[in-house]
Amino acid sequence: MKEQLNNIRLEAEKCLNEVKSSADLESLRLRFLGKKGELTAVLRGMGGLTSDERPIIGQLANDVRSFIEGKLEEGAKILQNKEQELRLKTEYIDVTIPGKRRFIGKKHPLTIVSDEIKDVFVSLGYEIAEGPEVELDYYNFEALNIPAGHPARDAQDTFYINDEILLRSQTSSVQIRVMENKKPPIKLISPGRVYRSDSVDATHSPVFHQVEGLVVDKGITMGDLVGTLQLFARRLFGEDTKIRLRPHHFQFTEPSAEVDVSCWTCGGKGCRVCKNEGWIEILGAGMVHPKVLENCGIDSKVYSGFAFGLGVERTAMGRFNIDDMRLLFENDMRFLRQF
Amino acid sequence: MKLPLKWLKDYTDIKVSPKEYADALTMSGSKVEGYEKLGEEIDKVVVGRILTIEKHPDADRLLVTQVDVGNETIQIVTGATNIKVDDLIPVALDGSSLPGGMKIKKGKLRAVESNGMMCSIAELGVTKDDFPNAAEDGIFILEGNLTPGTDIKEVLGLNDTVIEFEITSNRPDCFSILGLARESAATFKTDFIKPEIQVKEEGDSVDGQATVQIEDSELCYRYAGRIVKDVRIEPSPGWMQERLKASGVRPVNNIVDITNYVMLEYGQPMHAFDLENLNGHKIVVRRAKNGEKMKTLDGQDRDLDASMLVIADAQRAAAVAGVMGGENSEITADTKTILFESATFNGISVRLTAKKLGMRTEASGRFEKGLDPENVLDAINRAAQLVEKLGAGVVCKGVIDCYPVKAAKKTIEFNPARINALLGSDVSAEEMKSIFARLEIEVNEAEGTVIAPTFRPDLECEADLAEEVARFYGYNRIKPTLLEGKATTIGGLTYEQKIKQLIGRTLQACGLSEIYTYSFTSPKVFDRINLPKDSELRGTVVISNPLGEDYSIMRTTTLPDMLQVLATNYNRRVEEARLFEMSYVYLPKSLPLTELPYEKPVLTLGMYGDVDFYDLSGAVEELMSKLGIKEYSLEPVHDNPSFHPGRTAKLIVNGKEAGILGEVHPSVSEKFEAAQRNYVGMIDIEPLVGNAVLKPEYKPLPKYPAVTRDIAMLVDEGVLVKEIERVITEKAGKILEEIKLFDVYKGKQVPEGKKSVAYSIAFRAADRTLTDEEAGKAMEKIVKGLSEKLGAQLR
Repeated sequence: MKEQLNNIRLEAEKCLNEVKSSADLESLRLRFLGKKGELTAVLRGMGGLTSDERPIIGQLANDVRSFIEGKLEEGAKILQNKEQELRLKTEYIDVTIPGKRRFIGKKHPLTIVSDEIKDVFVSLGYEIAEGPEVELDYYNFEALNIPAGHPARDAQDTFYINDEILLRSQTSSVQIRVMENKKPPIKLISPGRVYRSDSVDATHSPVFHQVEGLVVDKGITMGDLVGTLQLFARRLFGEDTKIRLRPHHFQFTEPSAEVDVSCWTCGGKGCRVCKNEGWIEILGAGMVHPKVLENCGIDSKVYSGFAFGLGVERTAMGRFNIDDMRLLFENDMRFLRQF
Repeated sequence: MKLPLKWLKDYTDIKVSPKEYADALTMSGSKVEGYEKLGEEIDKVVVGRILTIEKHPDADRLLVTQVDVGNETIQIVTGATNIKVDDLIPVALDGSSLPGGMKIKKGKLRAVESNGMMCSIAELGVTKDDFPNAAEDGIFILEGNLTPGTDIKEVLGLNDTVIEFEITSNRPDCFSILGLARESAATFKTDFIKPEIQVKEEGDSVDGQATVQIEDSELCYRYAGRIVKDVRIEPSPGWMQERLKASGVRPVNNIVDITNYVMLEYGQPMHAFDLENLNGHKIVVRRAKNGEKMKTLDGQDRDLDASMLVIADAQRAAAVAGVMGGENSEITADTKTILFESATFNGISVRLTAKKLGMRTEASGRFEKGLDPENVLDAINRAAQLVEKLGAGVVCKGVIDCYPVKAAKKTIEFNPARINALLGSDVSAEEMKSIFARLEIEVNEAEGTVIAPTFRPDLECEADLAEEVARFYGYNRIKPTLLEGKATTIGGLTYEQKIKQLIGRTLQACGLSEIYTYSFTSPKVFDRINLPKDSELRGTVVISNPLGEDYSIMRTTTLPDMLQVLATNYNRRVEEARLFEMSYVYLPKSLPLTELPYEKPVLTLGMYGDVDFYDLSGAVEELMSKLGIKEYSLEPVHDNPSFHPGRTAKLIVNGKEAGILGEVHPSVSEKFEAAQRNYVGMIDIEPLVGNAVLKPEYKPLPKYPAVTRDIAMLVDEGVLVKEIERVITEKAGKILEEIKLFDVYKGKQVPEGKKSVAYSIAFRAADRTLTDEEAGKAMEKIVKGLSEKLGAQLR
């Protein structure tokens, strides 16, 4: 019997090593371990053994059984791996086929730029003030030290509704509204839509957008203005950006300046974008005119302030190399998708 | 303002290159737009004298000439027809260049050598305006006594550099050569030498020859006159013409040129009347009478009114003050006696008059900025001096000077410490004083004040002085600081601003791109969107001076603008567009407008392409979810004429209508030439802000499993899904967790007029595992309710 068992073990080992499929495996399991299997048949003959032999043979039979079982399991594992390998080989896809995208919409370039500007100033503790676009002449001109009949009004061809109401030509009107209602310290930017009677062409639009800034408190200096604009320019146009102030005239600031930034394309060496100047004008700025403060009930002997403003369209056009302002208002999907 | 550098150098010694000059002036506050080296492109072009002219042996239309060009005689073949022997002509020599980059080389014309080219005015880049006697076609025959070989640039007055300034409206003094010379001298710390004016006055006294009377001293501050007799009208000399041309002024005759020359040099516009044509030899500065008429120098008849100031004689208006002279007193070739006018007027009045008459002139542009009455005499004396220099006439003795109220000089407090405090600088008092001295600002140290010169109306307060200091100290030497310890504020976005930002982000995530459209539009758009004639939206804020009808009213609806953008894209063959805009509509509170309109913020959505109503409503639902707005619904709208009667809904937020969305009515889409099907939504932003819940409250995750049941039913076609859901919600009770619509079907196996609707309904209890029995009971109630209330049959 011992011999029989050993033969079964040898035979099983031999067969199992040659297994090719899970069907083979199953038939081997039945052949050796099934109810009518070879091992079972041998064990049936155990009744004829002596009580001395029985535990020894029993032990041996168990060993053989667990050996075969182990072999079967091993075979199954190998087969499984082989089958998986085979399946993986057939499951080939072209990974360069475009993915399933959920197309997200795009922010308009004007929003991109004005959001960036807002982010810079909000992080510096500025609030964002808004005001009406259809505005009183008083807030757009009068309170900003531009009385009726003043030639400075010509520089901004204004749309009028009637003698007192107009479409604001600058968001400075918001500054007045805030200063009338709030005591310093004041630190705000006022982004918004403004209107001037310019015909539509590649560099003009009768509707455009500005962001203006205002700071009023005790002891505000022109140095603070320079420092603030320098920081702003670096945040918006890059760490190495320099600024340059040129004296200019605005009715509501004194001293006043136009502010250039070093060209974002060539860094100041001179190129096509900056017309070989190395500088690009982007801002108007200055110290708030004492008359403007007084018009808002703020004592100009105690308080001072600075103000600045920039055009969003021009900044966006510079940033994205857009050569025609009309593109910003046509809203061609092929344009919008690029941002 | 154009500044010829040669003219400038009469009054201050500037030695730097044009580029350095331009940069320095820009940085001290006189912005240079650019500069032009006159005749820069012309090289090796000289004066030639024609010695002989012969026919070309082989060509009928060509001539062979010998030309003296100074150091040699050269042969030139030409096709010119207007030349004769002894003519002086411009000759482009071998190797020369002309404007536009043309290069001239010697060569042969029909086998005959030609060693240069005779030039026309066009080839030299000048025009008939500059040289009225020159031939339009043909060779430019030069006038005057010129030596062959002379560089043509000298003859044409093209050997100068002209700087172009952008002068701001607050600096009328800089609209003059002298004003810019003063600024230049202050910038380069050179001496500023004013012209020396001496008038011989060889004629008799002005007394009794003419009178001046100012009737309205509010509008005319000073009026000075000088008389010149025995006037000889002729062209002015070359040097004067050159300077005028370089400054962009066309020479006319000696008298007109003198007035223009003085205007450019002193910034003081002048006028010359034919004294014999002034009735009563009288000047009366008065307001025009309503209905008074006058023909101005440009030949136009002008209707005047009492708001306008005129220069009149004893009977009639002879000039519109500060704007333009009249034809009736114009100087002509026969004029013998002239009256020069040098005056100052109220700037605002001149500006309004010029605007009303629609004739902004060089003079009015200067007067409107407010000129210095103290400049009047210098200017008129300079004119007299030039008359004598040019031999244009005999200047009478004396000036008739009517100057009712002497211009007051402004005294301004001067406190160096406060100026430094404003600038954040550390400029010494000494440096400030030296800057002021160069600008002719007098310092009174004892009083702690300065006195501003009368030509600087812009200097009014200490801040103005600070600017003077800063621009000559150097704006860019001011040390940048960052508000250390000052203006400490928290700042940030308001709640509304945050919501708007969130709306934008959410819609972008939903695949919609942002657009910007104009806020004014045409009144015609209302008909195009089928808006009823009596709609309130037709009451608009109207622009009184629009760019055209298309931009003449402030919009009260954004539908046309969105449709226009969709149409533009469609017509450019863009397959699909999904767009949104956050903007305003402008709703008048009263008409005519007596107060500012209500600027209502609106969100506009628009789509076409592979989309349907549910893409649009889906974006809205996603937005509501993101904003945490639960109390909202969509209800069908059948009667909005802009929209499809069966595919349109109004948005109800918290019980109130907050917008409309749907398929645009095909007749409207057609009018915009847009795609066949367009989907547009217009939603008020304020109710979204008011109802948004930005801080969602956390609910614990379920501990017990849910039981899900599916149900399919047949209902009448007209039954809204929303009504079915209302019944389910009502009947299911507390254990209802979620209703999910998974199928709506019409067609095969569904009877006509019915539709099949299928739901998956989930039940769950928070505190225990729900039994099948409980779910079953709820389902029974639901089925019963649906059958009773909506006549639904289970499938």
